[in-house]
Formats: sequence, structure tokens, C-alpha cells
Amino acid sequence: MILAILEAQNKALPEASLETATAARDVAQKTNDTLGVLLIGKDVRALAPTLKGIQIVLVAEDQQFNGYVPEAFAKIAAEAIMKKSPKIVLAPGTDWGNDVLARVAARLNLGFASNCTEFFIEHGALKRVTRSNWGGSLLEDLELLSNPQLLTLQPHAVPAKPCEGAAPTIEDLSVPLHDKDFRVRVKAMIPSEKKGISLTDAKVVIGGGRGLGSAEAFTMLEELASLLNNAAVGATRVATNNNWRPHSDQIGQTGAQIAPDLYIACGISGAIQHMVGCKSAKKILAINKDAEAPIFQRADYGVVGDLHQVVPALIAELKQVKGA
Amino acid sequence: MKVLVCVKRVPDTGGGFKLTADGMRVDTTNLDFAISPHEECAVEEAIRIVEKHGGNATALTLGPVAAQEQLREAIAKGVNSAVRLEAEDYESWDPAATAQAIAEAVKPMGFDLLLFGNESADTCNYQVGLRVAHLLDLPCVTGIKALEIQDSRAIAKREVKDGWEVYEVALPAVFTVKEGINNPRHPSLRGIMSAKKVPIEQKKLTKQPAQLARKALKKPHEGRQLEILGQGPEAVPKIVAKLRELGAI
Ligand SMILES: Cc1cc2nc3c(=O)[nH]c(=O)nc-3n(C[C@H](O)[C@H](O)[C@H](O)COP(=O)(O)OP(=O)(O)OC[C@H]3O[C@@H](n4cnc5c(N)ncnc54)[C@H](O)[C@@H]3O)c2cc1C
Ligand SMILES: Nc1ncnc2c1ncn2[C@@H]1O[C@H](COP(=O)(O)O)[C@@H](O)[C@H]1O
Repeated sequence: MILAILEAQNKALPEASLETATAARDVAQKTNDTLGVLLIGKDVRALAPTLKGIQIVLVAEDQQFNGYVPEAFAKIAAEAIMKKSPKIVLAPGTDWGNDVLARVAARLNLGFASNCTEFFIEHGALKRVTRSNWGGSLLEDLELLSNPQLLTLQPHAVPAKPCEGAAPTIEDLSVPLHDKDFRVRVKAMIPSEKKGISLTDAKVVIGGGRGLGSAEAFTMLEELASLLNNAAVGATRVATNNNWRPHSDQIGQTGAQIAPDLYIACGISGAIQHMVGCKSAKKILAINKDAEAPIFQRADYGVVGDLHQVVPALIAELKQVKGA
Repeated sequence: MKVLVCVKRVPDTGGGFKLTADGMRVDTTNLDFAISPHEECAVEEAIRIVEKHGGNATALTLGPVAAQEQLREAIAKGVNSAVRLEAEDYESWDPAATAQAIAEAVKPMGFDLLLFGNESADTCNYQVGLRVAHLLDLPCVTGIKALEIQDSRAIAKREVKDGWEVYEVALPAVFTVKEGINNPRHPSLRGIMSAKKVPIEQKKLTKQPAQLARKALKKPHEGRQLEILGQGPEAVPKIVAKLRELGAI
């Protein structure tokens, strides 16, 4: 069996889970194995019949699961693995999936390769994976020597395909849980404050780096954003470390990963740890006064110049165009 | 309060990667070294907790002699002591072996709070902290962006898609930290000077066989073709034309 452990959010399967199901189906076809899915949570049973084309869906539903209960979920996943002896276990490479599989790996003393982007199968066995290093700015070919092989899938590495085919067999999985399995659990949920267009939803993102020079200079980028369709403002680590912007605006390896139609990078050198956060942008426009800055090797359009002159001139022009 | 914070020495690659001839490592010739921003924040959090609640903070690394540089940086910022687990070949220690050695080393030290980065900067394995927690049978919350100590309990917040999960666990406990939890301080000149004199404890532990084996590193292809739109403000008409073409206006 190939076992996919999928995260459910608000009674639905998020994109990363659908991508994982797609990748698991592809692997199971190549290894000629049955494909199983494990769903864990409070209201997950209703999702099971939607997983067409998957042979077995294991359901561990429990009304005690108010949100994520890491140790209980890991215990259930480990139990499912003992029971079904899968060759490969795959989960989404999200905070949730990496947390669950690392706990399972620790419990069963197995190797775990996180955030894989490719799987190399020979003679029905997984020989090698490619996985992300440095947040995806470097790739590593890796062999997993323990069995079963535990993996998570890098989000966006495999486009999700719809679940098609025969209805799955649904099996209930009941694992006895004790107080200790609940020693880590969500005590409360605080909803996030909604404020404008988020970096990950924006069609245009304007990023500011050290070249901005101050928190005040970012108001210029805000103004530019207000003149563009669906635009938001982001920043580099230099800008967030200087308190010019909150960390939630940071784009990069340890910040947000964005995929807008256009990323406008202002006063940003183009360090790989920043660029890995915007590499999925369709187009990148860089404004930098240094013609030798590495960003120009990673951009589609370049303007060599002082952003404190270029951006105000652009704003003035856009106001005129819009006013007309 | 006894606080542990684990940091990993990595090259500060800046503008781009160069790989060694065998394709197995990042060529670190002429590069500076650093720790992950997540770990910098974990160091800061450890120092703040000790400043607030008393006790002491210890930084630990598994790495080569040169990794003492990262430990001294933590000391310069306010960490009280440091331990190095000797491993010149630390890049070939897989996360399970790393966790095994860390757990063995820290078990007798009796920490109340053990802080890790959510993932290391280079190999991004997302697991050493959780494995250490499991080996010590301690509760662990990963990827936290807020932490508060109240008597013998810790309250931690983890950011999820539409809000924050609030966890409360009894100490001792393990947390893996994400950048954004705080804004790390810079070391003072005095801190840097006195950190040079602090002795670093050295320990040698056995390396368990690897479950993960690297075969090669490779660069993803970038594939963008640069078109220069112009110099300075005179490029504005061309920028506007591109914005229109891309549907941004
Ligand atoms: C493990 C790790 C993770 C990291 N994660 C992140 C991350 O998530 N996000 C992130 O951003 N960084 C991250 N970094 C830091 C990253 O390596 C860089 O240090 C950072 O991105 C540089 O920010 P910057 O481009 O604003 O500053 P700099 O590199 O200093 O570049 C400033 C640029 O502005 C230009 N400039 C200056 N003045 C002007 C002007 N008036 N007009 C036009 N151009 C001007 C300069 O020519 C220069 O190119 C990480 C680093 C490490 C080691
Ligand atoms: N060699 C090491 N020495 C000390 N701490 C480490 C080492 N490797 C990993 N860690 C810690 O474990 C965290 C997670 O690492 P990883 O599981 O490799 O992503 C890092 O952020 C560090 O806090």
C-alpha cells in the first residue's frame, strides 16, 4: 500500500492535500500498489466518499478532536502504518503535514524526508527523491534507507488533479487514546484580523528592501499599490529587522511565499533567501540603482535607477493616466 | 528557569550558490557563516525569558570547531553558557542522528524549556526538535510565533491559515520557533569582547547510522530573461506600458 495522510480544513481538503493525493496516486500506479488515504479529525468522515479513485479511506473521527491534537494524530497515524504496512507514507509538506510525519518518524524510529518535489521509482520501489533545501532555492537528491519511507510533498510541486474513478472502501480506524495523548492540544483559536489584500492573494506585490531607507518611505509603496489592481506591499528581512515593516510582510525563505502575476522589487539586492519567496511570480520587475545587483539576473524587467526618483515619477504618471 | 537553545552553523550564501566539484556540498570558500533566522529568534526568546524569569540560557550546536563562532555570537547577545557536540562531519549527520545526540547530551542537564528553530536554514528537515522531544518524552509545539511562561506552564501561539492556535503545555517542554516571534537584538561590543573568554563545553557522542543519504545537490533552473526598461525616471512610460500589458492597471 501507498498511504497518504491528508489534512482536512473546515470540512474540506485544501489544495496541498489534493496535490498529495495526486502525487500518491501517481506513485501507487508506478509501484503497482493499492492506494490508501488516512483522514484524522472531528468531522472528516463526510470527506471519505469524495476521494474517488482511492481504494481505501481510513477514517479516524473523534468528537474530542477540537482542532489539531498533535500527539493523538501521530499515534493514530503510527497505528495505521503498523496495521497496513505501507511501503511509502506521504503527507502534504505544510506545517501540519511536516509536524505529523516528524512525530510519526520519531515514534517509529524511521527516516523522514520533508518537502519532496520528485520521486524516482525503479522496479516498483522508491529509489530516490528530490527535496527542497534552503526553502527551495537548492535541491537535494536523497535516498531513504528505512522502511516504510516517510515523505512530505512540497506544496505546488505537483498540480492537483480531480479525484476520479470508483468510490473508495471506507474503514473506521479506532485507536484507544489516553489523557497523555491530549497533553498538547489547542486551548483556544484566535481569528486573524483581516486587513486589506493579503500578500498571498494579491495579483501585484510591491516589495521594499534596504534601498527604501526608512519606514516612511514605505508609504510611497502603499500609494503605488493603491493605484494598481489588487496590489499589496511586502518587504525583505532587512526591512522587517529594521522595524520598517512587520514580520508578516516579509517575503522569502523564512517569510511568505508569494505567487502574484507581477512582483515589483524596489531597492532589493536579490539574495536567494528573498527570491525563493517570489520565484513563483509570473513576472518580476526590479528597480535598483546598482546595475550589478544580483536581482537583475533573476528578474524579467529591470530599471536601473534611484527608486526615490523612479517610484514618485511612476506614481505621478499613473495618477495622470487614471485621471484621464 | 533553565533554557536550552539549539543552533546550526550554515553558510550565509547571499547572492547565489556555488557547489563543490563533487556536487555534494555548498562551496563555502569566502563565505561568512550564520544561523537560521528562526534560530536567531529562538536565541532572543531564550535570553528574554531568562531576563524576565531568572535562571540561565545555554546554547548548543552539533558541529565543527568553527561552529564555536555561532555559540559565541549567542553568548555575546546574552546566552550564559554553551555546549558543542563535536562533529567535524556534521553535514552528514541526518536529523535522527542529530536529535539522538542532542537528546543524550541534554538529558542529564535538566532543562525546563528547550528551543529549536522550526527548520534548519540549509537542509530544512522540520524534525530535529520533535525528535528530541520524543526521545525525552516531552510535549512539543512546532512553529510558534508567541511564547509566554506562567509559573510551570507555557502558552504558545501557532499561526494557521485563518488565525492563531493557542496551546498551553506543562514545563518542561520543547518548542520550535519561527521568525517573527520577536525582533532579535544585536550583540553589544562589550558582549562580543566578553564572549571570547567564556569556555565552551565540548562533548563527543556517537553517531547513529543514517536513514537519509544525500546523493547530490543541484540548482533549480531560474530561466528568466532580463529586459532593461531604462535608466531612472525616464523608464516610467515603459513601466506603465508593462503594467498595462500585465493587467496591473
Ligand atoms: C537562512 C536565511 C533565511 C533568510 N530569509 C530571508 C527572508 O525570508 N526574506 C528576506 O528578504 N531575506 C531573508 N534572508 C536575508 C537575505 O539573505 C538578505 O540579507 C536580504 O534579503 C537582503 O535584503 P535587501 O535586499 O533589502 O538588502 P541588501 O542586500 O542590502 O540590498 C539593498 C539593495 O538596495 C539597492 N539600493 C540601495 N539604495 C537604493 C536606491 N536609492 N534606489 C534603488 N536601489 C537602491 C542596493 O543597490 C542593493 O542592491 C535570509 C537569510 C538567511 C541566511
Ligand atoms: N547540527 C545541529 N546543531 C544544533 N542544532 C541543530 C542542528 N541541526 C538542527 N538543529 C536544530 O533543529 C532545528 C530543526 O532542524 P531540522 O530538523 O534540520 O530542520 C534547527 O533549527 C536547530 O534548532
